[in-house]
Amino acid sequence: MSEFLQYTVIGIVAGAVYAITATGLVVTYTTTGIFNFAQGAVGMVAAFAFWQLWQGWGWNPVLALALVLLVLMPLLAVLVEWGLMRRLHGASTERSLMVTLGLLLILVGVATALWNPQTQRIVYPFFEGDFVGILGVNVSYQQLLTVGAAVVIAVAVPYFLRVFRIGVAMRAVVDDPDLVALAGAKPYRVAQMGWMLGFFLAGLAGCLLAPTVASTGLNIDTLTILVVNGYAAAVVGRLRSLPWTFAGAMALGLAGAYSLAYLSEHVPQSLAAQIPEIVPVVFLFIALLVVPAVRLRAIGRLPTHAAPRVAGFRQSLLGGAVLVIAVALLSLVLGGSLMAAITSGLALGIVALSLVLLTGYGGQVSLCQMTFLGVGAFTMGKVANGGGSWWGLLAAVGVTGALGAFVALPALRLRGLYLALATLAFGEAAFYVLFQNPSYLGTGNSIAVGRLDIPGLRTVGDKGELIEIAVFFALCAIIVLAVRRHTFGRRLVAMNDSPAAFATLGMSATRTKVVVFALAAAMAGLGGVLYGGAQGGLNGSDVQLEFLSSLTLLLFVAIWGLRTTTGALLGGLSATLLPFAQTQLPSGLSGLTGLVAGVGIILLGRSPEGVLGFPGLSGRIRLPFADDPPPSVRPPAAAGSGSDVASSVEEGRIGVA
Amino acid sequence: MSPEPAAAQRVREPVLEVRGITVRFGGVAALTDVSLAVSPGQVTGLIGPNGAGKTTLFNVISGLQRPDHGRVSIDGRDVTDLGPHRRARLGLARTFQRLELFGTLSASDNVRVGIESGNRRQRAAVLGALATDGQSAAVALLERVGVGAVANDPVGALPTGSARLVELARALSIDPRVLLLDEPCSGLDDNETGQLGTLLRDLATEGRAVVLVEHDMDVVLKVCDLVHVLDFGEVIASGTPAEIKAAPAVQAAYLGAELPDVVTPAAPSPATPGPAAPVDGATR
Repeated sequence: MSEFLQYTVIGIVAGAVYAITATGLVVTYTTTGIFNFAQGAVGMVAAFAFWQLWQGWGWNPVLALALVLLVLMPLLAVLVEWGLMRRLHGASTERSLMVTLGLLLILVGVATALWNPQTQRIVYPFFEGDFVGILGVNVSYQQLLTVGAAVVIAVAVPYFLRVFRIGVAMRAVVDDPDLVALAGAKPYRVAQMGWMLGFFLAGLAGCLLAPTVASTGLNIDTLTILVVNGYAAAVVGRLRSLPWTFAGAMALGLAGAYSLAYLSEHVPQSLAAQIPEIVPVVFLFIALLVVPAVRLRAIGRLPTHAAPRVAGFRQSLLGGAVLVIAVALLSLVLGGSLMAAITSGLALGIVALSLVLLTGYGGQVSLCQMTFLGVGAFTMGKVANGGGSWWGLLAAVGVTGALGAFVALPALRLRGLYLALATLAFGEAAFYVLFQNPSYLGTGNSIAVGRLDIPGLRTVGDKGELIEIAVFFALCAIIVLAVRRHTFGRRLVAMNDSPAAFATLGMSATRTKVVVFALAAAMAGLGGVLYGGAQGGLNGSDVQLEFLSSLTLLLFVAIWGLRTTTGALLGGLSATLLPFAQTQLPSGLSGLTGLVAGVGIILLGRSPEGVLGFPGLSGRIRLPFADDPPPSVRPPAAAGSGSDVASSVEEGRIGVA
Repeated sequence: MSPEPAAAQRVREPVLEVRGITVRFGGVAALTDVSLAVSPGQVTGLIGPNGAGKTTLFNVISGLQRPDHGRVSIDGRDVTDLGPHRRARLGLARTFQRLELFGTLSASDNVRVGIESGNRRQRAAVLGALATDGQSAAVALLERVGVGAVANDPVGALPTGSARLVELARALSIDPRVLLLDEPCSGLDDNETGQLGTLLRDLATEGRAVVLVEHDMDVVLKVCDLVHVLDFGEVIASGTPAEIKAAPAVQAAYLGAELPDVVTPAAPSPATPGPAAPVDGATR
């Protein structure tokens, strides 16, 4: 009995933290229409800042807490709203998703730069760990404070929204900011308020959480990813209802605690260790299953920008040939870790190509594409037994394709944000159940993956491997472009542009979605086989398997151009070359990836088609910061009759979709 | 009025029937017990003030909105439980009041998606009647509605009027037997409106049933064989354009709105030719 009560207390305290952060998510979402994927990262920054003031500089903890929550968080919120979010008015769900993902990377990058991850930082429990006995269970004041804060938040936030009528104005802002402006309210003021409240709550959750991870010290990734729990709770509230969000958070907290208490003995040892991570993911998945299916609706929104031109067959063939020749020439002078980074970058480029197909053309956001990379490499390793047989390749492509079709099932009901969350849950589940599980991967939690047996290439070694992967990338790019030019590609784009018109023309989105998910997953699986071969194997703790990597790759492709094969090439290379460059820099200059991502997403705010779609690059020369007209549809005549320089740029950019 | 030809048409089996449709949004009734039938070879007008429920009715017919009560049938087959894509395969096509074009595709690709989405019969009808391959069939359809010149333009760049016509061409790409048009004339100039009116009559002559939601009363009175008036979600009057214009209920609903002089509807010839109407540049 006392064990039960003990775990109940643990569950309620965990639920309280989830409730606070999830309330922040819901408030920001209902007031701005943007789901802040960076909520956990914001809490992480708050926790670190709190540590810095309190333990680092020896401030009074109450003063430190007040400064972090009441000054730093609101300031950060205002900055983010002004610098990143304000441009997103009217942007698609996918784009605002990318920008908050980018914010996550920036915050992680900044934190990495400011607080060296090698140092251990411990936030001591508040009240020096004092506790009080309740019903025979020792409850610390820290835990009481956490639950008390959650209760106050649960009562105060709805009251605050109602009494100050901010809630009403906030809701109006989501529906139509222009109308609110006409009615005399300042839409961005209301949005600012939404962000400030959201950041405050994220910070509060982060600071309350900080002492509970005292045993290991503050960890950037752990704190950032803890927000998955917040997502799950917010989904229970359908991103709208605060009471349901609160209930969801409590249910999740208790489910986690009870599973830890009573489930550990009944599952295999290897799985038991992962219970704290798996429970929220499963919870999120179930919550998503009961989200009502998206209703087909005429929305009457036309994209305000033109899509990049699609290269013809000859042009894509030529582009592929140029790439392979360029890589072959490069391989003569390259070597060492730079060449290794380029080799795996090209393999990731193939995964990036799958994102062009799936997200760029089809508009289906996937945050688990790196899972297919891992499964592809894993299958190859198992089937070919560490060798490089073509049967292994076929098996890997087949298995990932089938898995992709399975992941498409939630996509039949969900769209945009919910779909992204579902793929995230899948990727996380796969990470903990498969890749972190020695009983699958084998000793050392790794599996050997051989390079493909291509006669003649074996003798060339690493350079041969590089050229081989370049050939595969070129082939995949040609396939992606060919798909886009044909019936299925048109259908994919149509489904993305207007689901309502798509259906009323007699097409079922079911088949299209299943096929594109399977195709993209198979392509990512192929990338995984090549990646594994290049690495000589797959390690369960490979950073590429973590969900942040799926997200980083997607973001990099989006920054370069999510609807271009060149964007996939540059995106894949960015994902490995930036970390490589990082290792070459003095250690004080860490966080480079976050910095580049930051600049990238600010660009993305200006040019929805990414860097490659930036006006000066896409057939029409304009001053980089000319604001008028907005990044809009390229006049049809300009495409062909632009200046000679412009069209030669276009020609020179061979292989650009 | 001269009802004979119209009456002869009216006895043909309706191709589309809605019975007792009721739709509520929260406490607000958008449609209350709406029933009407649409016959092939006719242009049926659906008019009413803003918010009368016209677009909601289109959404119910095309399957985007589930009615709370009532049934929809196409060719006598109950389709109330079918999704929009199944209804399209039975020959139902529509355009949208707020444009729903495939914004990142060219005008001709918009139409091509439609052609490629049709079932074998629909595709054969469109390709057979117009050309051999999808691309030229798409261009031919765009030419038919009068926007052949913009075939290669991205639709996001088109003015509203042209964009509406591209939507019409796309709706025609599945060789519809029932064509629902939601305010096709807004954004068109007088000349284009006149040409569109002629085209709609031609489409009816081919044996299609055209249902027209339109605010431009000139067009409605000129083109339609039969007009239903919706007000606050209810059908308050039905009849020929002449009858509608005379009905007191309509005048009340349109209080202050001046109805133009009655124009005799361009009566379809009694011997309506079958669906095999030649494609000519009639509207150009």
